[in-house]
Amino acid sequence: MKSLKRINYSHYINYVVIAVFTMVFSAISLAGGRLDSSLLFLFEKMAISIILAVSLSVVVGFLGELSLGHAGFMCVGAYMGGKLSVVLEPVLGNAVPNLLISLVAGGIVAAICGFIIGMPALRLRGDYLAIVTLAFGEIVRSIFLNSSDETFGGTLGLDTPRFDKKYLFIFAFLMVLLTLLIVQNFIRSKHGRAVTAIRDNEIAARACGINVTKYKLLAFIISAFFAGIAGVLYSFSNYTVQSASFDYNYSIEILVMVVLGGMGNINGAIVSATLITFLNTKLATVLTGDLAVLQNLIYALILIVIVIYNNAPALKSFRDTHNISLFIKKLVRSKHDPASIKDDAAKWDVVPTKIEMNEILSIDMKPQNLGSDKPSKGGDK
Amino acid sequence: MELLVSTIVNGLSIGSIYAMIALGYTMVYGIAKMLNFAHGDVIMVGAYAIYVFLAYVNPLFAILLAVVFCLLLGVTIEKVAYRPLRGASPLAVLITAIGVSYLLQSLAQIVFGSASKMVMVYDFGAIKLFGVTLQVSTLVTLAVAVVVMIALTLFVKLTRTGRAMIAVSEDKGAAQLMGINVNKIITITFAIGSSLAALAGLFYLLKAPSVSSTLGAMPGIKAFTAAVIGGIGSIPGAMLGGLLLGFVECIATKITVIAPYTDAIEFSILIVILLVRPTGFLGKKRREKV
Repeated sequence: MKSLKRINYSHYINYVVIAVFTMVFSAISLAGGRLDSSLLFLFEKMAISIILAVSLSVVVGFLGELSLGHAGFMCVGAYMGGKLSVVLEPVLGNAVPNLLISLVAGGIVAAICGFIIGMPALRLRGDYLAIVTLAFGEIVRSIFLNSSDETFGGTLGLDTPRFDKKYLFIFAFLMVLLTLLIVQNFIRSKHGRAVTAIRDNEIAARACGINVTKYKLLAFIISAFFAGIAGVLYSFSNYTVQSASFDYNYSIEILVMVVLGGMGNINGAIVSATLITFLNTKLATVLTGDLAVLQNLIYALILIVIVIYNNAPALKSFRDTHNISLFIKKLVRSKHDPASIKDDAAKWDVVPTKIEMNEILSIDMKPQNLGSDKPSKGGDK
Repeated sequence: MELLVSTIVNGLSIGSIYAMIALGYTMVYGIAKMLNFAHGDVIMVGAYAIYVFLAYVNPLFAILLAVVFCLLLGVTIEKVAYRPLRGASPLAVLITAIGVSYLLQSLAQIVFGSASKMVMVYDFGAIKLFGVTLQVSTLVTLAVAVVVMIALTLFVKLTRTGRAMIAVSEDKGAAQLMGINVNKIITITFAIGSSLAALAGLFYLLKAPSVSSTLGAMPGIKAFTAAVIGGIGSIPGAMLGGLLLGFVECIATKITVIAPYTDAIEFSILIVILLVRPTGFLGKKRREKV
């Protein structure tokens, strides 16, 4: 009976890569090895970006709703977690318990905001929802910006306790692993299938007995929770939280990561988040002053070109014959018989992307495609 | 009394600017079924265009040239970025629009630098009306906006092209079967929306004579909010939403306690209205069919 459930090891690649990476560098760091502080800062930023991109892809890639307020959730998490750690500092000091409690608290408060924002989402369609999330981000920013100096620091920002940089990045990557664990298992579970079903056709999903309300809210809450955690990490990484940094542009940057990685592809989101963060840091040192704008220009062009390439109806046949995943498959599985791969049930371990209605219809219309077991008509002899 | 009159006039003036920008959003949404996120940045381009043309020609001509420039820009954006995605998922189009918005902002920053530029279009001075000192530019803004909105309503209601627009917004497929060139109508819509945005750029210059690459970002988002409040796709809705938002902004900035939260209040109104009426005030509720 062991053939009933096959383990697809390719699901675990991303855990393994990140875990090995974390272990190697934490071993170096804890053994007292010399790691440049700018390198550690880069690691923290990468971890934060990965968490943000993966969590946003739950809403954008799998639920199919556009959220333009991801930085808003992050902002809530950053301020709440940061404030809690400041409050706890006299009691717990700046050690691991304080860090963990703040992380969880920031995540939970952000998740509550996700719930609140998810509520109107149930009544609104895509475009309206996008503007509501955008409005939410701006409201949050405005509230924290105008807070009094004692509560959240107002325009000056909130200073957070200084955790030891030697282990902060380890926690950041542990959080990445936690995010991946929860998000990937969620997506591959019954619940995740329901979420993708809602994306592909909400009415059909409802007709199948899927509780659309519940799953939309769930997706929003999970997404916001991890955005909040990323926010807390951000506040510890920078020693300070300033509401100005969580503006609309930041939300767009996260969106670019998700879109560049391929919507609904978590590994893609991880790679593009890492790459963009790395490029950001490198470009920031090269492009200074007015040249810094070039970075935005490049993002804008990437965004437009990628989206048009991936979605333009006119380019569909070109996409089907030339794409990276096909190329990789060819490299890896060149020895296998392609026919056996095609019918492999393992294919369904991957979350199915949108199925075109006319493709299904075209198969149904052609009886010759149904196989040879169908009796052939002998009348035309 | 003085406060009341100035609040009403300023509210109407800001509101009519929002309404004009919102018209661009709402018409494009009604006809192309997409949110043109780059619309706000066309305002900024319009303002920069006025800045450039002012160096060569007199103000009136500069404004005209700027309107034409924005019109061409809007049509080009539609051709290059949006047309290939006709028929793709709305999410893809929306993200492309965001990309275009980003592109315009960064291009402006590269060309003109990040520091804001001073632009004096024309100094109208101030007059005393009912014992209240008012900026003439505010009144001019109001007058022009009202004339433009009336003209636009008449255009849509009475001309062949206008009625073709209504037809496309109601049913694209049926309109095409009736012999309407849908692509042409969409192009015209973008042209109208972008020229309105250029005029809005002019009004912003009259209000505060400086332009930077982020000039259009916030007004764009606010006008978008106005369009959604009024019911996106509906032309009177955009005007109503714009005026409402203008008044709210004007009143909120007058009260010291809540003045810093003006933006937050405006966006909260949006959320509350959408919760009560998911399609805005005058938006049509469409049943989705399988």
